[in-house]
Amino acid sequence: MASRSEPIAPVRPVDAAHLARRARPIVLLAVGLAALAVALVLGVGLGSVSIAPGDTIAILAHRLLGLDVAPTWAPSTETIVMELRLPRVLTAMSVGVGLAVAGTTFQGLLRNPLADPYVLGTASGAALGAAIAVIVPIRVVIFQFGLLHALAFAGALVAVYTVYRLSRTGGLAPLTSLLLTGYAVGSLLAAGLAMAMYLSGAALGQIFSYLLGGFDGSSWSRLAAAAPLIGFGSVAISLRARSLDGLLLGEETAAHLGIDVRRERAILLALASLITAAAVAVSGLIGFVGLVVPHVVRLLVGPSARSLLPLSALGGAALLAFADLAARLLGEIPVGVVTAVIGAPFFLALLRRVRAGYEL
Amino acid sequence: MSGQGSAGGATAIELIGVDVRYHDRQALAGIDLRIDPGERVALIGGNGAGKSTLLRLVAGTLAPTAGTVELFGTGVGSLDRLAVARRLGVVPQAAALPFAARVEEVVALGRIPHEHPFRGAGPADRAAVDAAIARVGVEALVGRDARELSLGERQLVLIAMAVAQATPILLLDEPTVHLDLRHQVAAMDLLVGLNEGDGTTILAVLHDLGLAAHFFPRLVLLDHGRVIGDGPPRDVLTPARIRSVFGVDPALVRLAS
Repeated sequence: MASRSEPIAPVRPVDAAHLARRARPIVLLAVGLAALAVALVLGVGLGSVSIAPGDTIAILAHRLLGLDVAPTWAPSTETIVMELRLPRVLTAMSVGVGLAVAGTTFQGLLRNPLADPYVLGTASGAALGAAIAVIVPIRVVIFQFGLLHALAFAGALVAVYTVYRLSRTGGLAPLTSLLLTGYAVGSLLAAGLAMAMYLSGAALGQIFSYLLGGFDGSSWSRLAAAAPLIGFGSVAISLRARSLDGLLLGEETAAHLGIDVRRERAILLALASLITAAAVAVSGLIGFVGLVVPHVVRLLVGPSARSLLPLSALGGAALLAFADLAARLLGEIPVGVVTAVIGAPFFLALLRRVRAGYEL
Repeated sequence: MSGQGSAGGATAIELIGVDVRYHDRQALAGIDLRIDPGERVALIGGNGAGKSTLLRLVAGTLAPTAGTVELFGTGVGSLDRLAVARRLGVVPQAAALPFAARVEEVVALGRIPHEHPFRGAGPADRAAVDAAIARVGVEALVGRDARELSLGERQLVLIAMAVAQATPILLLDEPTVHLDLRHQVAAMDLLVGLNEGDGTTILAVLHDLGLAAHFFPRLVLLDHGRVIGDGPPRDVLTPARIRSVFGVDPALVRLAS
């Protein structure tokens, strides 16, 4: 069973190749689920107050699964687990799912290996929305979200919608036009963000901490606002996996393979943007997860979106839960710094390794 | 102008009074073309004559400015993409892959119109992929990254993808440009086999007049967006036409007898 990234043997019997490929996604699924369970127990257990893994598992089993476990822990421990750590770990996992699924979708849709969830202006739109929320002296709560999260969510969606509309010149926008419009609108929004930061005065730190991303303010109510959007979007995209597969050889070929390219592109773009907006609203801007995870999973299972999407979702969830744990143990440094420190070298290594076999 | 008349039954492909205008340029004008099920037709003509435009009309990815395009008696514009993809496969000239993909994964894309929408590929789909790989003779390429292949090998893989799609109509846009002589002949033999053995209706754009004349019983010659010849090679490829359409000495075009 040769790994995809190794130089591939020149001749391989058809059956053997199919057998090898059929087993592997199941194995990865099991590995991913195990990693997620470990991330959950460690993420809930470790922090400024350490909780023994046995107690962590017992509390989770008691409260989440309703098992009858005799408490061996202090009530305050249970509060830390249920009100602070668990919502935080689950938020990190949800955002990880969202960024990985959105990244996979944007890469496939735009047929661009360098695409990430932020490529069409969502990041700049969310950042500008958050910055505006910080500098206007109004405090409201909309759907469990503070104004900052609500405006970040809205900003991301407005930005990507603007990009989509501006790139449409009558018919179906060419992909390059979509990407370049995304770049132009993103630059304009970044200028707005710079202006807002300049005007923010004492609140600059608040904008800055949003830009770097993090999960320290996570709560059940915020998770309850974001997770359903991310979950719905991810499932809806997974059900359209074969549209993404059809686009592998380009839009004209996708049409020949029975894909309604204009409709599928609009739907997938809307779903991936919705997921991204929900993710950035709760966590701020966290880079590299949406770029690197799909590439790693693609190397392992190949380009078929049917395997790629769920496995990327698992990988993103585990990666971001571990990254948040590292950020917390290092004294609440921004999680975006952790993902960049892990992700950038990893991506460079991936590029070098891949280049040895085939061009990227 | 109709080539071979056929009594009764729906035609596979029919264009009636078709015009295509891009801005102020007339790409196709007054095209009437009727291709019956089981025919094997080569579309020839110079660069910019409208050959690829005509293929896009038949594939339904381009709507005519005027006139109608029908597949088996139904307007192609009134069929959804999936319905078209089950009737008609297209071998594109070239396709770029943004990510690494194994040859068999590319061939399997041809099954997209037949796969279960949620469960994905079934045993029948996998069998069709294996059969297409064997039929086009690209077994030796299985397992390789399609982006590492030569242009000619990629062309064969794209043909295998369209064969896996298993449609009653097959359109090909320049299927032989990157192939060496041996593979050109092999590809033509494959088309003949699909046509005569499986009854697949074939419409292929070809630049090589020799191949077209040798392997196709009917040629349609386009010039400046109009059909100026339609029929058996001997009738269509007259020395005068070769001189006027292609602007070359007819002696350069060797037609097999």
